[in-house]
Amino acid sequence: MINDIFSVTFIAGLIGATMRMATPIIFAMLGEVITERSGVLNLGIEGTMLMGAMTGFLVALNSGSLWLGVAAAAVVGMIMSLLMAVLAVYLGLSQHVSGLGITLFATGLAMFIYRLQFGSPTVPPTVVPFARISIPVLSSIPILGEGIFRQYSLTFFAWLLIPVVSIVLYKTKVGLKIRTVGENPFAADTVGVNVNLTRTLCLVTGGAFMGVGGAFLTLAHQNMFLLDVVGGRGWVAVAMVIFGNWDPVKGTIGALIFGLLDGLQLRLQNMGIQIPFDLFLMIPYLITIIALVGVSRKASVPAGLLKPYRREEKGG
Amino acid sequence: MRIQLTKRQPLPTWSRIAIPVGAIVTTLILAAIPILAAGGNLWKSYYALFYGALGTRFNILETFVKSSPLMFTGLAVAFAFRAKFWNIGAEGQLLAGAIVATWIGVYAVGVPSIILLPTIMIGGFLAGGSWAVVPALLKTRLKVDDVVSTLLLNFVMAHIMGALLFGPLQKPDASWPISEQIVEAARYPILLAKSRFHLGIPLAFLAVLVVWFINTKTVFGFRAKAVGVNIKAAHFGGINTTSVIIKTALISGGLAGLAGVGEVAAIQYHLLSDISPGYGYTGIVIAMLGNLHPVGVMFSAIFFSIINVGSQTMSRMTGVPSYISGVMEGMALIVMLVFLLMNEYKIRVVRK
Repeated sequence: MINDIFSVTFIAGLIGATMRMATPIIFAMLGEVITERSGVLNLGIEGTMLMGAMTGFLVALNSGSLWLGVAAAAVVGMIMSLLMAVLAVYLGLSQHVSGLGITLFATGLAMFIYRLQFGSPTVPPTVVPFARISIPVLSSIPILGEGIFRQYSLTFFAWLLIPVVSIVLYKTKVGLKIRTVGENPFAADTVGVNVNLTRTLCLVTGGAFMGVGGAFLTLAHQNMFLLDVVGGRGWVAVAMVIFGNWDPVKGTIGALIFGLLDGLQLRLQNMGIQIPFDLFLMIPYLITIIALVGVSRKASVPAGLLKPYRREEKGG
Repeated sequence: MRIQLTKRQPLPTWSRIAIPVGAIVTTLILAAIPILAAGGNLWKSYYALFYGALGTRFNILETFVKSSPLMFTGLAVAFAFRAKFWNIGAEGQLLAGAIVATWIGVYAVGVPSIILLPTIMIGGFLAGGSWAVVPALLKTRLKVDDVVSTLLLNFVMAHIMGALLFGPLQKPDASWPISEQIVEAARYPILLAKSRFHLGIPLAFLAVLVVWFINTKTVFGFRAKAVGVNIKAAHFGGINTTSVIIKTALISGGLAGLAGVGEVAAIQYHLLSDISPGYGYTGIVIAMLGNLHPVGVMFSAIFFSIINVGSQTMSRMTGVPSYISGVMEGMALIVMLVFLLMNEYKIRVVRK
């Protein structure tokens, strides 16, 4: 049995599974990084992902086009985040409570719409999910190639987004604006940056990522919508943002650790190895709590996070 | 065009009642949109909703049954939020209480009820309480953000429960994650015949009274409020803020733990992985809707229970999916937040 674990097939398969399981987390984490860098903690993420998962599935099923489903999920993610922007940015309500409210509302709404559409069938409707594609040459590299370069196109897309988000945040004027709004909104306002608009645009962009992350679950990872399809992955993404110190690349490392543990426990279970897999799945949360201790020392959290910006209350 | 907020004079006391009532009415009006979208007749739907929750003796008692865990988690969150301990972790604390209640309840064979019932209650209270003290210690000693730590600990506890339900607590011949039944003596007595009206319900109302008493009549309640209003000022005023936050966490988590005890000892009689349909998270909404006041929490818990129980009947009679209750709960929270803001600020849309 130990031989099975160290076999080439097992390791290649595990690498592939890690990449797959990390994909929705990467999308959501990148979305949350952008949002939090501008000073807004979006706890609506879990519900936004579920709405994305449901909408993506519904549109793909009815239109026959998986990509149309993905696009619809992105749009719905944007709408949910726009609602968050109204509450937390323009009205300046508590970001925690607004976010949780949106998650609650979106979760209820996703289930409501799904039930409305399909009732409660004994066999849930399914779509033909995305097929994995192989990148020529690279996918024939021994061990690694099969795992890394034979993936869903959405996984490749997620990996493409990591450097893009990184570069935009750290190397462009737009990124500088976003980070200033997140660190010191008063300074940003002084130099003529529209704080609330910047935050709204970041929320909306992040929401699109979260929606797509949700759609990955129903259109690639699985081929149906289940009520617990997101299953806390949104919260994991929030945790990974902290774990990664609000940096897209470091956050990806966190997402990969989560993907690895998730993939490993599934594989060991399938091989009939009795392990308390719950203890496995607990690890990312524990690591993040430990990371939180480090973060509180280093103070790398965006200084303007959680604080609504009201010009007239400067210094108040 | 932009939204302008200006502080206003505090509204008179009647607004403290008018605001939640207004929020509930607004929610019922807004909920007409999804009901109509689902093809439901508006009057018939609302009639079914209220008939299902309050129409018969059994329905009313069932609404009370469902309100008990919500009252406990709502109180738990409200009590913590009042001292600005952002306890998002009532769900995990509830599970901790349920696990300990099950553990004691399964193994305490032969122990009389009079000893066993207080034991599982205290055990569940302490389990939930100590699980909440963990993030309180992280907050006070290591300055770890309590929102995120309490949230994450929910998942840690859910997985601890999963590991136990597939391990030492699993019923020997079961392939599902389910525990053995707890012994008869560990079960909450049913207080009214032909119903599920159990001991946990008067207990929840008692908890409302106790929290109200702590908040308004004790030195601790005063200190907790001071910490909530301005922790620095409280500290300079000579209050041991660390101690206040930890005690607040203990009581808050304990209340959530009691919700878990009730679900095991009065409803399910064993532990299973979906022992709570998110009562801990709903508790946050209930606390906000109740404006963090124990009596407010009591009423909003009953309101949510009406929606939950009534939506089942509405679903049967009109075909509107029962998930409407989740939609309405989310709406209620968002509406309440906006209403609370209007209490403090004038909101104007101005053209620049």
